[in-house]
Amino acid sequence: MSLPTRNLSFAIGVVITAVFIGAAALSLVWTPYDPAGIDILSKLRPPSAQHWFGTDQLGRDVLSMIMAGGRNSVGVALLSVVIGLGAGVPLGLAAAARGGGVDEFLMRGNDVLFAFPALLLAILITAVFGPGAINAIIAIGIFNIPVFARVTRGSARVLWTRDYCLAAQVAGKGRLRISAEHILPNLAALLAVQGTIQFSLGIIAEAGLSYVGLGAQPPTPSWGRMLNEAQTLTASAPSLAWFPGLAIVLFVLGVNLLGDAAHGAVHEP
Amino acid sequence: MNSGVPGAALLEVRDLCVSLGGAALIRGVSFAVNAGEVLGLVGASGSGKSLTALSLLRLLPAGASATGQILLRGEDLAAQSPARLRAVRGREIGMVFQEPMSALNPLMTIGEQVAETVQVHRAAAPAEARRLARAALDRVWLRGDAGDPDRYPHELSGGQRQRVAIAIAVVLSPALLIADEPTTALDAHTREQVLAVLFDLVRSAGMGLLLITHDMSLIARTDRVAVLHRGRIVEQAATAQLPDALRQPQARALIQAAQLEPRRTAGAAAGMGAAAAAPAAPDRAAAPVLELRDIVLDYPRRRRSLLQAPPALRAVDGVSLTVRAGETVGLVGESGAGKSSLLRVVLALARPQAGEVRLLGEPFAAHAGNSRRLRRAIQIVFQDPYGSFDPLWSVERLVAEPFALLAAPPEAAERRRRVAAMLELVGLRAADMRRRAREFSGGQRQRIAIARALIIEPRLIVFDEAVSALDVLLRAQILALLAELSARLDLAYLFVSHDPAVVRAIADRVYVMQAGRIVEERLQRA
Repeated sequence: MSLPTRNLSFAIGVVITAVFIGAAALSLVWTPYDPAGIDILSKLRPPSAQHWFGTDQLGRDVLSMIMAGGRNSVGVALLSVVIGLGAGVPLGLAAAARGGGVDEFLMRGNDVLFAFPALLLAILITAVFGPGAINAIIAIGIFNIPVFARVTRGSARVLWTRDYCLAAQVAGKGRLRISAEHILPNLAALLAVQGTIQFSLGIIAEAGLSYVGLGAQPPTPSWGRMLNEAQTLTASAPSLAWFPGLAIVLFVLGVNLLGDAAHGAVHEP
Repeated sequence: MNSGVPGAALLEVRDLCVSLGGAALIRGVSFAVNAGEVLGLVGASGSGKSLTALSLLRLLPAGASATGQILLRGEDLAAQSPARLRAVRGREIGMVFQEPMSALNPLMTIGEQVAETVQVHRAAAPAEARRLARAALDRVWLRGDAGDPDRYPHELSGGQRQRVAIAIAVVLSPALLIADEPTTALDAHTREQVLAVLFDLVRSAGMGLLLITHDMSLIARTDRVAVLHRGRIVEQAATAQLPDALRQPQARALIQAAQLEPRRTAGAAAGMGAAAAAPAAPDRAAAPVLELRDIVLDYPRRRRSLLQAPPALRAVDGVSLTVRAGETVGLVGESGAGKSSLLRVVLALARPQAGEVRLLGEPFAAHAGNSRRLRRAIQIVFQDPYGSFDPLWSVERLVAEPFALLAAPPEAAERRRRVAAMLELVGLRAADMRRRAREFSGGQRQRIAIARALIIEPRLIVFDEAVSALDVLLRAQILALLAELSARLDLAYLFVSHDPAVVRAIADRVYVMQAGRIVEERLQRA
């Protein structure tokens, strides 16, 4: 990817991501209407000056629900990335630093985890522990662990062969200290890139879970459930499915553009 | 003076200027390379040799800008589209870089990497590309086990990797080959083979060769020499007329320093003063700093079967050697002789299967209780001045890293003062400590590495090919510095190298290693 293209997609990615995160943050303090406020009299209105995105079958304002739903998406995806980073990176660092049997054990354990289809695993967890945003976070977060562990281990192993890691060993530093001082800082950019990728996958996973009713529970709005509820009304009110669907697609696209540009910057500086 | 016939030159560079962040690094360089000719581009460290080579292919670092004409058979590369340049790179101009460690992709087999170049430029069937790759590996004398196209770069020695890099560069028989210190990392035997390959391509296929080097044995084999000094070509001359044809003082000094093999016997040699004149008669009675007794080190090979134990590769086979206080000892061996493996044992980074390492008379092993205290006595300077520094760290932090060995590392102000003193000792400025290692040239980085090794005042410093990569002027300076430090601090040195000439020039005693064993011990001065 050439520099101008990368800069353009980076700019577009930043704008889209900022709009969604901004709207989600704004919904904490203000939405045009109460996203849970039912007003049967004004149900199923098409988009208008009062309700930009129209209203749903219970008369709730769709724009307000999209904004508040975005908050849910961002929260779930972000926290699941934090879980993946928090558990996966230390595992990967340990596997790379110790090598041998420890490496084999950790990575084969990862393979087992990786072998489960992500969404299936999430459904399993929410089925056992009950649906809800917290369990969705845990489910998606667990799926993120092997991803981060692998990325970390692979790159850390390359870094361990660098002379500066040997020099640090000659300077008497232990594996833990070298991992913290030399390996991790040099992986930071790479992990940030992987983080954006997992973030966008997390948005999709959250939408998928709440679509099948295993994510955030009513009255907390979520894009996946909005899609589900709009399903029966696609013939009469297609815009109800359009808006949450577009929100998911656009947000994921924005984050991916951001991630791609960052990936390019890390790998071809 | 330009002996190339205008218009007939394969490559003609006219008034090339390169600047980076406002600083002019290359200032109006012009030269020509004819088909079937070898042009040597020589110059001190930091004079812009490598940058010139990179700018020919427009492979400049980000932020650098170049002006001037680069005419390849009359086509101005400076004006071509990126797509056209990609077609030129690899097919018409091949390039061999200085660093055999980083020029190859660690995740691809060597066969794949050579074949990749073929497939990028030609719509060749995979089988055809593999055949060409095999032929190219044969051409650089990578045969039998070492040349197995299914091996990965980390399974090869430094010299073998460099030959893979050359194979990649010549697989499509380019019209021009740019080689940036291509043989620095090679042992004498392999160097001859690789040079034979390169010169054969020049003579038989009419390839032009731009050879960037500071090695006089290479300079002597070029047809013409262009001397670069601070971004300008100060002089060009036919090699046969060297050094008399040179009038420029800098050019003369450089060529002369390169010619003088720094031998102890050449005591009066200019630039070698301190090292050569040091009263270096080794005191056989001095206490040993390092003693190795019958060291054996095996590496596990790749497992062939799940049920059988993996076969072992014996890298070091019963090595014993001694380094006494204040003594300079050389360890010479061709690439693959087991030198690097032995070093890992010496530094207690690898545990030998048998034998004992004694440092200052005490057993030295990785996790022994005394290892921290003993580690203070031994430090290392690595071969690769690019890979041996964490790119994110400041020079101050890098040089101060061995303080981790002290029970009470010095506080910020004291640490800064000691780092500053050390930088000045090796000929850098105290203000350099705030910069990052990548801002320095190869020779300067080597000085940083020496400062890092010296800062906790060890008794023994191990140099892993550390001086062979330096250009001759710097090498003379650094050797002089080391000799002075040895006398002042009673330091012992262990120089490990593939280049017998360098080691013989500086060592009191030389061990010769072959296939994991010490085959010879030689006293330099009887």
